Amino acid sequence: MSAAAEATGHSPSEHGHDQGKRDFLILVASAGAAIGVGAIAWPLIDSMNPSSDVLALGSIEVDLAPIPEGQGITVVWRGKPTFIRHRTAKEIKAAQDVKLSELTDPQTDADRVKAGHEQWIIVSGICTHLGCIPIGNKATDNRGDFGGWFCPCHGSQYDTSGRVRHGPAPLNLAIYPYTFMSDTKIKIG
Amino acid sequence: MRALKLAALLGVLASLTAIAPAMAAEEEMMPTQKWSFSGPFGTFDRASAQRGFLVYKNVCANCHSLKQGAYRNLTGIGLSEEDIKAIAASVTVPTINDEGQPAERPATPADHFRSPYPNDKAARAALNGALPPDLSVITKAREGGADYVYALLTGYGDAPAGMKMGDGMYYNKMYAGHQIAMPRPLQDDAVDYADGTKPTTEQEARDVVTFLEFIGNPEMEQRKRTGVKIVLFLVLMTGVTYAVKRQVWSNIPH
Amino acid sequence: MAGLHKSDVKNPVLNWIDTRLPLITMMQKEYGVFPTPKNFNYFWNFGALAMVQLMVMIATGIFLAMNYTPHVNMAFDSVERIMRDVNYGWLLRYAHANGASMFFIIVYVHIYRGLYYGSYKAPRELLWMLGVLILLLMMATAFMGYVLPWGQMSYWGATVITNLFSAIPLVGNDIVTLLLGGFSVDNPTLNRFFSLHYLLPFVIIGVVFLHVVALHITGSNNPLGIDVKSPQDTLPFHPYYTVKDSVGICVFFLVYALFVFFAPNFFGDPANWIPANPLQTPAEIVPEWYLLPFYAILRAVPSKLGGVLMMFGAIAVLFVLPWLDTSPVRSAKFRPLYRIFFWLQLLACIVLGMVGAHKPEGIWVVLGRIGTAYYFLHFLVILPLLGKLERPLPLPESISRPVIRKGGGPLPAGAAAKPMEKV
Repeated sequence: MSAAAEATGHSPSEHGHDQGKRDFLILVASAGAAIGVGAIAWPLIDSMNPSSDVLALGSIEVDLAPIPEGQGITVVWRGKPTFIRHRTAKEIKAAQDVKLSELTDPQTDADRVKAGHEQWIIVSGICTHLGCIPIGNKATDNRGDFGGWFCPCHGSQYDTSGRVRHGPAPLNLAIYPYTFMSDTKIKIG
Repeated sequence: MRALKLAALLGVLASLTAIAPAMAAEEEMMPTQKWSFSGPFGTFDRASAQRGFLVYKNVCANCHSLKQGAYRNLTGIGLSEEDIKAIAASVTVPTINDEGQPAERPATPADHFRSPYPNDKAARAALNGALPPDLSVITKAREGGADYVYALLTGYGDAPAGMKMGDGMYYNKMYAGHQIAMPRPLQDDAVDYADGTKPTTEQEARDVVTFLEFIGNPEMEQRKRTGVKIVLFLVLMTGVTYAVKRQVWSNIPH
Repeated sequence: MAGLHKSDVKNPVLNWIDTRLPLITMMQKEYGVFPTPKNFNYFWNFGALAMVQLMVMIATGIFLAMNYTPHVNMAFDSVERIMRDVNYGWLLRYAHANGASMFFIIVYVHIYRGLYYGSYKAPRELLWMLGVLILLLMMATAFMGYVLPWGQMSYWGATVITNLFSAIPLVGNDIVTLLLGGFSVDNPTLNRFFSLHYLLPFVIIGVVFLHVVALHITGSNNPLGIDVKSPQDTLPFHPYYTVKDSVGICVFFLVYALFVFFAPNFFGDPANWIPANPLQTPAEIVPEWYLLPFYAILRAVPSKLGGVLMMFGAIAVLFVLPWLDTSPVRSAKFRPLYRIFFWLQLLACIVLGMVGAHKPEGIWVVLGRIGTAYYFLHFLVILPLLGKLERPLPLPESISRPVIRKGGGPLPAGAAAKPMEKV
C-alpha cells in the first residue's frame, strides 16, 4: 500500500475513524511504555532489599548457662544487638508489679517473657528513640532509675522488662522471635 | 548490485569461519549431549540433579571445593528445608570458638559448601602439586560447558601405545594434551542411587554435570521464565509501536 | 543580556518555572518542533538507541556498585554473590555485561551509518570528532569495567593493556608503574579502575550532551546527504521521529532481552569465570569482541612500539577523517566507487575482528596484515584520491523530491506537497 495513495484517498468521514484508532493505539503504546518502565525499575529497586544470604542468617542459638544472675549479655542477631538478661527475683517482682497506667507503652511483663522462664528477659538492644544502644547489662553500668537500661544518647530509661519509663523513647524495647530449646539454650529468629 | 556485494561479503566470511575448525581438527571431537536444562524452556531435572549432588558429595567433594554454593541453594533441586538441614548438620565447618581458638561446628543451611582443603597451598601439598579447580561455576568456566565436563568425566582410557605419560598423570582423550592429574573419578557403581537408577559411569557423569550446571546457574529457571514473559511483552510492544508509527506517518510520503 | 524568558506554556506553575528557567521551551524547540529531514531510514535510530543504552548501563551499574567490593580477595566472590543472592542481581549483572556488547553494536552501526552517508563532512566535522571521542571514552570505560569481576581475562587483559604503555621510549615503564599503582596488576589497580569506571560514564554524558548540541546547530544529515532546502524537506521531530525511534527501541530491547535471558554468556569468555591467578596466564588472551579489530592491528606489526602506535593511529585517523575525504558529495548513494571501498572497509574490520580472536599463527598473521594495511590505506590514500577521481551521480534537487530515482517516474507535484499542509 503506497502511503501517498493512502494520504490522497482519505475522505473526511474516514478521518474521524482514523483519529479514534490512532488515539487508541497511542493509549495502548503509552500504557505499554509505562509497564515497561515499571518492569525495568522494579529489579533495580528490589536489588536494594535484603539479599538471600542476609535473610538466610535467620537464626542463632545462644547458651544461657554462663550468664550469672543480675547480669546480661549482648548477642548479635541479623546484625542487630540483642540483650539477654538474667533477672533477679527482685527485678522480676519489680517488673510484674508496675501498674499499666504508669507506662508510656502499656504492656505486662508476662507478655514480654516466656512463661516458666521469667528470669530471662530477651529484648532488642536498640533504643526506640533514635537507634542508640542503651547500657545496663553489667551490674556496674548506669541502669537508670528503673533498674533496666539507660540510653546515653538522650536519656531514655527502660525498666527490668525493657519497657520505656522515662525520656524521649516512644516504645518499649522490641521483642524478637525466640524459643527455648532447653532451659539453658535459646534460638533467636 | 548491493545484494551481490552482501553475498560476496558473506561468502568471504563463510570461508574464513571454515578455516577455524579445520585448524582445530586434530582435537578430539566433543559430542553434544541432550540436557534437561538446555533450550529456552529447559529446567533442571530434579531427580538427576539430586543424584548428581550425591555424586558430588561422595566423590568430587573429596578434592574439589564448591565455595560459591550454599546448602540453602539445594532447595533449587527440589530438596526440602528439613533434608537440607540434615545434610548441612552432617558436615562441620571451621569456626572460632568462645575461647578464640579455631574449631569446628556443624554447618547450617546458610553456610557455603565445606571446602576439602583450608587453602590452595594445602590442596597442592596434599595432591602431588596439582590444584583441583573450584567447581562453583565450572560449566561456565570451560569452553564447551556441560558437554565438555561430561566428555572429560567419561573420557578416561588407556594411553595409546607409544605415548609417554608423566609421573602421576592419567590419560584422558578430552583434556588438552591428553594428560590430566585427576585420576578417573567416576566408576560404575561408585555411588548407591536410592531411586534405583543404575549408577553407570555415564549416568553418574550426566547427573553430576546436571548438578554442577545448577550450582553454577541457580538463577536459570527464574531467568528463563522471566525472559519468556519479557520477550512476549516486547513482541507485543513492537507491534503496537509499529502500528502507531504507521498511523502517525500515514500522511507522509516517504 | 539578562532578562526573563517569555514563555508560551499555558499551565501557570510551569509557565512560572519556564519564565525563569526555560527548560520546557528548550525541550519543545529541540525535541518537539525541531525540523528534522523527512527521509531518515531506520539507521537513524541508532543515535537515540545509544542514548537509551547509556542510561541502561548507568542505571544497572549504579545498582551493581552497591553490591560490588573492589578488593582482589573479594571482587570475584562479590560478583558471584550478586549473581546468586542479591534480588535480581543476575539480571542486573547480565544486563550490564551484555549491555556493554549491545552498546558497542549500536555505536558501531551508528559510526558506519555516518561513514556510509558522509555524516562527518562539513559542516559536521566537530560533531563527528566528538563522536570519536565518545568511542574512545567508551573503550576505556568498557576495558576498566571488564577488569572488575577479577577473573582470569580481567587480570590478564589489564596486564596486557597497561603494558602497552611500556612501549613508550624512556618513560614507558615508569608510566606503567604509575597506571598500576605498583609493579603488577594488584589491589591499587583494581581500586582505581573501579573509581574510573564509575566516573567515565558521566564524562561520556557530558560529551554526548556536546554531541547533541553540535547536532542541533548543524541539523541532521540524511540518507541523500544533501542539505535541507525548505520546510518541505523536514518534519517536526515529535511525533514523527519520537515514534519511529520508539519502534527501534522496542526491537532493540527484544534483541537485548534474548541475549540477557537466554544466552547471557554468548559474548563472554569462559576464562573470566576462573578467578584471577597472577601466576598463570590463560592459554589465549582475547579482549572482548568489540576491541578485537584494534587488538589485531596491535599484533599486525612485529614491533612493540609500532603496534601500539598503529593501534592508537587507527582511532586517530578517524579524528581527521573529515579532512581526508575530499569528495564534496556526502551520501554513498551518489558515490559508486566509494560504495565499493566502504564495503571493503567494513569487511577489513570484520576480518580484523576475527584475526583478533585467533592466535597469531599461519593464515591469521597474513589476514591481520592485509586488514591493517587496508584499514590505513582506505583512510589515508583511497579517500583523498577518490574525491578527485570519482564521478558522483547527479544529486537530487531536494529531499522532498528524491523519488525520481525510485523508477516510478516523477510523482505528481500534488502528492508530495499536499500532505505537508497537515504538518
